[in-house]
Amino acid sequence: MVGSRRVAGMTGVTLRETAPARPAPATADVRRRRLVGLCVLLAALLLATVASLAVGARALSPSEVWHGLFAASDPDQRRNEIRLIVQTVRLPRTVLAIVAGIALGVGGALIQGYTRNPIADTGLVGVNAGASFAVATAIAVFGFAEPTQYVWFAVAGAGVAGAVVFGLASIGRGAGDPLTLALAGQGVTVFLAAMTTAVSLSDKAAMDALRFWNAGSVAGVGFDVIWPVAGLVALGSTAALATLPALNLLGLGDDVARGLGVDIVRTRVIGIVAVTVLAGAATAACGPIAFLGLMVAHVARYLTGPDYRWLVPYAGLLGALVLLACDIVGRVVVRPGELDAGVLVAVLGAPSFAVLVWRGRIKGL
Amino acid sequence: MSGTEVDPPTRPTTRPGVRFGQVSFVWRPRVVLVTLSLAAATFLMFCVSIAVGDFRLGLDRVIATILGRGDAVDEFVIMDLRMPRALAGLIVGIALGVSGALTQSLARNPLASPDVLGITGGASAVAVFLVTVSGGASAAIAGSVGLSTAALAGGLGTGLLVYALAWRRGIDGLRLILIGISANAVTQAVTTWLLATADIRDVARAQAWLVGSLDNRSWDEVRVAFWCTLVLMLVVVAIAFQFKPMHLGDEVAAGLGVRYVAVRAVLLLCAVLLAGAAVSAAGPVPFVALVAPQVAMRLVGTPTPPLAASGVLGALLLIGADLVARTALPVTLPVGVVTAAVGGPFLVYLLVRANLRQRA
Repeated sequence: MVGSRRVAGMTGVTLRETAPARPAPATADVRRRRLVGLCVLLAALLLATVASLAVGARALSPSEVWHGLFAASDPDQRRNEIRLIVQTVRLPRTVLAIVAGIALGVGGALIQGYTRNPIADTGLVGVNAGASFAVATAIAVFGFAEPTQYVWFAVAGAGVAGAVVFGLASIGRGAGDPLTLALAGQGVTVFLAAMTTAVSLSDKAAMDALRFWNAGSVAGVGFDVIWPVAGLVALGSTAALATLPALNLLGLGDDVARGLGVDIVRTRVIGIVAVTVLAGAATAACGPIAFLGLMVAHVARYLTGPDYRWLVPYAGLLGALVLLACDIVGRVVVRPGELDAGVLVAVLGAPSFAVLVWRGRIKGL
Repeated sequence: MSGTEVDPPTRPTTRPGVRFGQVSFVWRPRVVLVTLSLAAATFLMFCVSIAVGDFRLGLDRVIATILGRGDAVDEFVIMDLRMPRALAGLIVGIALGVSGALTQSLARNPLASPDVLGITGGASAVAVFLVTVSGGASAAIAGSVGLSTAALAGGLGTGLLVYALAWRRGIDGLRLILIGISANAVTQAVTTWLLATADIRDVARAQAWLVGSLDNRSWDEVRVAFWCTLVLMLVVVAIAFQFKPMHLGDEVAAGLGVRYVAVRAVLLLCAVLLAGAAVSAAGPVPFVALVAPQVAMRLVGTPTPPLAASGVLGALLLIGADLVARTALPVTLPVGVVTAAVGGPFLVYLLVRANLRQRA
């Protein structure tokens, strides 16, 4: 992506023959602030991770967490119990919350960029509706009852729905043109949601399972699911990061981007496939968590400005932080029960987001 | 004069204008033709919907009875039994279609629909709460004012709250939508949580309410929705001439003499209230408001969602889907499900067709 380095700075679009040897003071300042922000987010995420391992029905001290993480089986029963809690309960859900949060945050920022629509969410590429429909079908037709059985159906459903949306959006002129992508996603989502409702209205067991699945939770999934999901998220994120300079240029309009040497079709294909993989993987493992991607993308845009090379990493970290924090809060608010992270993302996140909107902090694209 | 003789090749193509006194508009035959055909199809579907049932009636008798020249038996079957349902479909379809067209136009966003303004979310959360939480207060509320009325109050409350929160020296489309999405996320989370903790029998009842239905409509419910929709439509029609230039952006609209702050505020309020009227008659029927304006826009060939055609198409979709759901399907499905199952793919088909044509 020739030229993107100069174009994407705060100073704007002037492509000069003699580029300034050093960035202007203002630019350096902005860059430093963004780097500091990134470090703060990372530190907060680290703290949240420790808290997530320590907080729960049984509170653990940091030293107990440390011991529980790294000790092999222990003859002392109490310490062995702690080890089991940390390694089989808290660690998986913490890892999943981080992985899924990154996926949804990055996915949300990307889908808003590629559809050029400030109200696009990760569900738009059809993966939420596809996964829900697959789960409903798996239960109604095959009689699966356990989440571990239908999670692979969810993966397949999300993948197929995402592929269908992408295929439909790329028929004809201009693959993945923003409006077509948004509307094709909406059309397929509407259709699949209706089918899911139809299935769940005619099958009690499916309805029963779907009402829990719909809440969106990071608990109860083992590492056998989490590692493949994390692999997909790593792949998707890498592909996403590679397209960011080009995505910046796409924001200037197709003609300008083409003039600056961007391969528009290739960029869009990679970007949208990345969104589908990210959102699909997260949805399959956690259930549909709506609103998170949309929210953190806007907050990241507020923090960094419109440069996607900064916006997307911020969105990913924010997504992880919010999802992890919501999962922690969910464990303590309704003791002895738990509140699903997906529910809390909306209940806690949405009002905070609305306040930001109301104070004029959130802008369009 | 000779200058104008030379000029025409460089002039943009113009369309003939029509002027009646103060009122003038551009004559676009395709818009009028498509809208009138859709209206005719809707009327036909309306009559067929009344004619089809356990006691079959001929179309001629239906039309005669509607015009007030039927015999007593027909009059009873049609006016007392079947008319409320068909009329509810008509009103809800028009209200949702127009509401969707207004929202999408004013937010300048094809993904916006009144669903994200909080009306349906608020109504759903209240209804599910009343159904699933069996206790003193909720039973008393449900018993005294009825589930639908309480849900409608919840929906309108949420919608107006969103509207009030988005108000800052006028209404901004994006701000309204983003706050509406937030409110919708909260109400949906509450609904999900209530469903997840409820008894499974209550869940089935709540689900049935959540998808909206035209079953067992009575004249009382329809009458309220009818008058509300009528009044709101009159307001919309009165402002519609100010509405068109707003697609060109605030500055251009202001230059053309549109008081865009006031127009946008009133029209978005109309969109919220129209969605409320629809909820009062049929519950939260999903997707119609989203799909109808986009499909109408592509059928009519305008660059923005057309108000009249969106309303008519919404009604056609809803009545048609209700007819299919009642007669053609082996299982009984709520009308919203059938509408979405037809409308979603049709929208995708129109998109794909347009894209293929552009390449050719």
